[in-house]
Amino acid sequence: MKLKQLEGLLGGLTQFPAPKVHPAAAAAASRLSFPSPVRFWEGGQGKSGGASHLFAFGRRCLVQVELEQYPTGPHIASRMLFTAENSFDDITGKVVADFGCGCGTLAVASALLDAEHVIGIDIDPQSLELAQENADDLELDIDLIWSDIKNLNLKGFHIDTVVMNPPFGTRKKGADMEFLSMGLKVASQAVYSLHKTSTREHIKKAALRDFNAIRAEVLCELRYDLPQSYKFHKKKEVDIAVDLWRFVPNAPRSS
Amino acid sequence: MRLLTHNMLASNVRGATTGYPLKLEAAKWVTKEVELNADFIRGLLPKIDWRALVAATRALGLPELLPDEQPPEEEIFAEGAADVEGSAIRRIHHALLEIHVQEGSLVCPDTSRCFPIDKGIPNMMLHEDEV
Repeated sequence: MKLKQLEGLLGGLTQFPAPKVHPAAAAAASRLSFPSPVRFWEGGQGKSGGASHLFAFGRRCLVQVELEQYPTGPHIASRMLFTAENSFDDITGKVVADFGCGCGTLAVASALLDAEHVIGIDIDPQSLELAQENADDLELDIDLIWSDIKNLNLKGFHIDTVVMNPPFGTRKKGADMEFLSMGLKVASQAVYSLHKTSTREHIKKAALRDFNAIRAEVLCELRYDLPQSYKFHKKKEVDIAVDLWRFVPNAPRSS
Repeated sequence: MRLLTHNMLASNVRGATTGYPLKLEAAKWVTKEVELNADFIRGLLPKIDWRALVAATRALGLPELLPDEQPPEEEIFAEGAADVEGSAIRRIHHALLEIHVQEGSLVCPDTSRCFPIDKGIPNMMLHEDEV
């Protein structure tokens, strides 16, 4: 499959929406009551100060701030998976897991590149539902697990490659580190991940020293074009530099 | 959830020692054919917990699909075996990749905590006091 083809297919996936309030959702919000930390964002008069906000736009579209659900755009996702396969043979014919799969972009990309078995894991059930629909639309088989990555218990190094676009840990400190740590525990071959370029030294040190990686290299620097998903984003945060990393775990390898 | 995923999944509930293998109590499953990749099976087989896989197939009411003991590799990967209906490699492929458990549950062997499978997705979420 060509890069542009892959990017095109991923571009057709249903993503988390950019937050604009559907009148029906706002109306519904005003009629319903929510536990205090959960609030609806209403256009033009966003609430601030709550520990967690919930943006809701109909049944299928939820973006939870606390989870930092930034969708992985087709541009970045296609390059990430294309590099993993074409430069390192880490996708085709492999068992691939997508940590924090969200609506399943990286999982779908892996399946499109003929991973033999793909598993998507996420803490948010609505995201998993969306991932299922996206996979079904393309007639791909992806196994999904509803779990918190930090509580995941996987045995036996069945997974060759972990791909992930972890929460950057801006809202919940260390969230990206939990993902990376777990990825390096369960993958037998490689972990691909995106992290803010500003955290490069920290990531490298943590991977090699704390998470037992035997290699940690930045493959390229990408511009992460965040749609202005969250109200608290200042303008400068919308377009941020991220590194595409490849880590090699210290694990028994299949070949 | 396919049985390859089941083969690696364990419970992490407080009180579990290994949390593995999860006892499958399946109500509903379907099969979907996929192309057999012998090289993939060859690389994967050493990592597969055979007993857990066999237990899962039996829990689905398929007592004949796999034998108690893993057949020798010479037999599984014998030339042309992949083309023979009912050969060991085809059964293993079928068990790992073609059976989709839709509804049912996974039970932790140490604590009996039950993790439901809904629409094919196992719910492995833990409550705060279970971590």
